[in-house]
Amino acid sequence: MTRKIVVGYDGSETARRALDFAMARARAEGNSIVIAHVLEWSPYSFLTPSEVEERHRRRSEELQRAETAILAPVVAEVEQAGIPVATVLRYGHIAETMARIAKDEDAAMLIIGRMGHSGFAARIFGSVAATLAQASPVPVVIVP
Amino acid sequence: MTRHATTMARSLPAAALALMLATLPARAQGLDTAIDGFFAATTTWFVNIIFSNFPGTSFPWIVAWLVVGATVFTLYFGFIQFRAFRHSIHLVRGDYSNPNDAGEVSHFQALTTALSGTVGLGNIAGVAVAISIGGPGATFWMILAGLLGMASKFTECTLGVKYRNEYADGTVSGGPMYYMVKGFKERGIPGGKIMAVLFAIFCILGSFGGGNMFQANQAHAQITNVVGAYPGWITGVVMAVIVFLVIVGGLKSIARVTEKVVPFMAAIYVGTALIIIGMNYDMIGEAFRQIFVGAFTNDGVVGGMIGALIQGFRRAAFSNEAGVGSAAIAHSAVRTKEPTTEGFVSLLEPFIDTVIICTMTALVIIITGQLVSDPTTGLFVLNEAGTQIQTVTGNSGVALTSDAFSSAFSWFRYILVLAVVLFAFSTMISWSYYGLKAWTFLFGEGQTKELIFKLLFCFFVIIGAASSLGAVIDFSDAAIFAMAVVNILALYVLMPIVKAEMNSYLARLKSGEIRKYN
Repeated sequence: MTRKIVVGYDGSETARRALDFAMARARAEGNSIVIAHVLEWSPYSFLTPSEVEERHRRRSEELQRAETAILAPVVAEVEQAGIPVATVLRYGHIAETMARIAKDEDAAMLIIGRMGHSGFAARIFGSVAATLAQASPVPVVIVP
Repeated sequence: MTRHATTMARSLPAAALALMLATLPARAQGLDTAIDGFFAATTTWFVNIIFSNFPGTSFPWIVAWLVVGATVFTLYFGFIQFRAFRHSIHLVRGDYSNPNDAGEVSHFQALTTALSGTVGLGNIAGVAVAISIGGPGATFWMILAGLLGMASKFTECTLGVKYRNEYADGTVSGGPMYYMVKGFKERGIPGGKIMAVLFAIFCILGSFGGGNMFQANQAHAQITNVVGAYPGWITGVVMAVIVFLVIVGGLKSIARVTEKVVPFMAAIYVGTALIIIGMNYDMIGEAFRQIFVGAFTNDGVVGGMIGALIQGFRRAAFSNEAGVGSAAIAHSAVRTKEPTTEGFVSLLEPFIDTVIICTMTALVIIITGQLVSDPTTGLFVLNEAGTQIQTVTGNSGVALTSDAFSSAFSWFRYILVLAVVLFAFSTMISWSYYGLKAWTFLFGEGQTKELIFKLLFCFFVIIGAASSLGAVIDFSDAAIFAMAVVNILALYVLMPIVKAEMNSYLARLKSGEIRKYN
């Protein structure tokens, strides 16, 4: 039976390497790929009244942009490679949402790119890769 | 506005403001007096009507209007503020939010946005005034008014969401103007349109006044208290430029910083108050004894028990804006299918604003012993003029709050200045939005029309900070409460609709049709 590999993809170079890695695995083992993109969002951030008013429209625009600029090009590419592919586009805390997607999709594996910023920023804000390494419900591969 | 001026305003908003700024300070003095004189001559009657007392008392009828309204809503909705309190907290926590709606405005965000418009000088300065005139007993009545006000907020915010306008591009506009027009029509009652227009006019005036000039004025007063006197127009111009950048220039970063810092300041404020109360834990019992005894007996304050009651009610109403209708504008943009949920969330506002934050201020003032009482009789000692209780330092208002907090932590007065300035700024940003919504309701939407309002708004920031325009500020305060006159009247008419909504929602909640997501 084909199993799903969830790839975290944000259009960055490391995400690209993660996708390449996932495609190689999928081809070798006959798996399918779920390309997941998470838009950073906290329901506890603070907004001004005009931001509140525009939020719904902005959200539609953001989803539209992510779909066309980030997901669509790579989906076409993966399809051409003959690998079954689906996409998931969500809002939320990046690491938590990725973990939830992996669980919801009943994924065999979660593949993400290393986020790049090491050291100070990661110490303060926590890195997505480190959080997923600890909290992911499925095996995680972190591609450098 | 002429065609030429319109083009200029559209293409060169910055230049227009610069011109305004350049000419203002030089004329400020003469302008002050002229404007003050003009306002005094034409609006004193209006201010007098709004703030007049019941015959033979010092009880302003507008305070009674707000408290009676809040009591009627509390009874009519069967003490909904207590019944739905737990559920409201669950809603704010996101327990009932569909995860697929992530990225939309959450209940928490709607609540904090609305709160940033109300938490402000009322919590810091207003309470100190209430305590120094009405004694500790005023706190009891303030808390009671806050608890009752929760029902008013529930009513107006449920209606705000139910009757908002949704546009094709996904943006929404709501508020009392819209529920007056649509709600009255639905009930087949005439007059909705007239009330909506009246409300919008008062809302615009209130946004220039209490939501703007008053804030700028008080922020300047606080800054000079710490750094020494300097001309007010400097504060005014600086604040106007920042407000301009945010509301005209669309510089979201400043607004975002403020929106982040304001809750942080509120947390520091409440946290420090709790520490001071904790440090004097042996005084807590005594403080509450004074609050309860003072609420029902004459402990020597001005006006006795009734004096305490008036002060408490008045300051609560001034602080949490329940019944004024402003919150209905702020909450109406939230994304929810159930208007009732937003009503539930909004009822937490007076609780946080008045029952928690205002009470903290009151407790710190009482516990740190700022009020002078006679050791033999136990009654409070009045100042020489007999207008308020004698305080240790002789101060009242913000200065009294500052004294109380500084008696434990001397550095706190600097934090307090920062808090006052930031609270003032966030209140201005909120009110610029409320005013704009009323403006577009009257004149229609459109970039030029909106720009005219925003430039006027910035202009009034400078006027407010630059001068001691007593008449102007009195008038703008009166305008905010005039909003409440129209709004509560509309709430009485429309409350059966809210009841139907509420009962339907509660029934579905009970039957399990509305479920938690996590």
